[in-house]
Amino acid sequence: MAPLTQTKTNQSTVTHRSLSWTWVGVAPFFLFVAAFLIWPTLSIIGQSFLDQERRLTLQNILELGHPFIVSSYVYSVQLSAVTAIGGGLLGGLLAYAITIGGLPRPLRDAVISFSGVASNFAGVPLAFAFIATLGQLGVVTQWLRSIGISLYPAFSLYSFWGLCIVYIYFQIPLMVLIMAPAFEGMRREWREAAESLGANGWQYWRYVGLPILLPSILGTTVLLFGNAFGAHATAFQLTGGGSQGNVITILIGAQISSDALANPGLGNALALGMIVIMGISVGLYTWLQRLSARWLRS
Amino acid sequence: MLKRFWPWFWFLVGATYFLVPLYATLDFSLRARRGELSFAAYTSVLNDIRFIESFMFSLQTALATIVVSAIVIVPTAYWVQLRLPRLRPVIEFFTLLPFVVPAVVLVFSLARTYSRTPLTDSREGLWVLLVGSYVILSFPYMYRAVDTGLRSINIHDLTEAAQSLGAGWFTILTRVIFPNIYVALLSGAFITFAIVMGEFTIAALLAQPAFGPYMNRLASSKVYEPSALAIISFALTWAAIAAIQWFGQGAQARVAGPR
Repeated sequence: MAPLTQTKTNQSTVTHRSLSWTWVGVAPFFLFVAAFLIWPTLSIIGQSFLDQERRLTLQNILELGHPFIVSSYVYSVQLSAVTAIGGGLLGGLLAYAITIGGLPRPLRDAVISFSGVASNFAGVPLAFAFIATLGQLGVVTQWLRSIGISLYPAFSLYSFWGLCIVYIYFQIPLMVLIMAPAFEGMRREWREAAESLGANGWQYWRYVGLPILLPSILGTTVLLFGNAFGAHATAFQLTGGGSQGNVITILIGAQISSDALANPGLGNALALGMIVIMGISVGLYTWLQRLSARWLRS
Repeated sequence: MLKRFWPWFWFLVGATYFLVPLYATLDFSLRARRGELSFAAYTSVLNDIRFIESFMFSLQTALATIVVSAIVIVPTAYWVQLRLPRLRPVIEFFTLLPFVVPAVVLVFSLARTYSRTPLTDSREGLWVLLVGSYVILSFPYMYRAVDTGLRSINIHDLTEAAQSLGAGWFTILTRVIFPNIYVALLSGAFITFAIVMGEFTIAALLAQPAFGPYMNRLASSKVYEPSALAIISFALTWAAIAAIQWFGQGAQARVAGPR
């Protein structure tokens, strides 16, 4: 025991003598983050307030008001909102079904495992899967045609609603992964307490269950919004990254290979707008999750 | 049974949504030869030299990403738990930033900021940017995995024991800490692997010959091969996630990824 104690005192004196050296231990991490994330992002944010001659200007921000760009943002916001609410609803109900819905335990485990895979199965291959399913030659399209329902040309996988269906495929599993633990965190005693006071099932959900889950549900929906808003590959594969540039991420991507808007400052402002919207949704999510953590402990 | 109607109903809706596209893709991928089911699309893909080249390229990139990410994260997480616990929220904040800065904005910022430097003017430089971006994307998973792993062992006692036997920091990290957390590290590594192998946005915008851009280009010339690729890609993702669950770390909610 004696040698160990001896080392301890030695070590603490060393710690005191070289307090500033303690910080060297985390320097590689901060240098890496600075070089590959912070500096590039901050420099883009800064440059969106500079004109071509590097003078301060709000011109780039004002030019975001161009109808073409506004319509891109609106399109992306609508796409993200529809798929966040649709995917959130379906994913929430699925999470409910496999947890407190009382389905057999193996089904719960299977859905959770599958969600882990499906939430990571996105981008180019996901687009391929849906082209094989609901594209013009897709299996489901052909099958519907054989029973007399022709999807095309009324529907198109490459339209707004087509994109929604594809996005929801990666939204549902994310909702399931976050909401299943929240449902499981609801305590049986709450329900028993409510019932012993004479509440029926509806009253329990209206006055106890839903208020407790609401921050969690809203928070995750906001997260799904951001998840769809930042998506690029899936939309790119489906729309061919065409110059119609409906989705905002495709418009930003097009600024790298060719300065499609013929204005570098505007490209920077586009990225800034994106960071602001993503920042708000991630911040809102964090805040709402903290609210719900007060009640739900797994 | 009637009481369980709605849970079963929603389960079936979810299962349909999940499985129909997979079934359809599998079905489609087997129809390359008219009038019969065959693996022709798979053979055609697997024999394509560009498939092998791009797959190997992404494999190397994924391994490099995992190694760099581990080299940065393990000492950082260890040091923060040992000496700077109050810094943990700061580190967590920085590792979560990739959710605020989507891949397309990240690659846009990197390409603009480092334009006309060796990083964007040479093949090697672009690859460094690619691996650097992937390492940033891997941080949320790696840090959480390693941090959890470190919490389950007593790093203070292990460190003191090693020091009392005369070990230096490098020895402690490589021969004491690393062997104790490599299972946790593996779960971070597999999710990183899954993300890098299917990633399209960053690789395409940095003009890298990776697997994602290869899949994208294939769609313009082939009909059945893309669905064979989608099945292969799904199997790959599934294998990576299964490996994580096999190693007992459990899949946590994941936000980033090759969307």
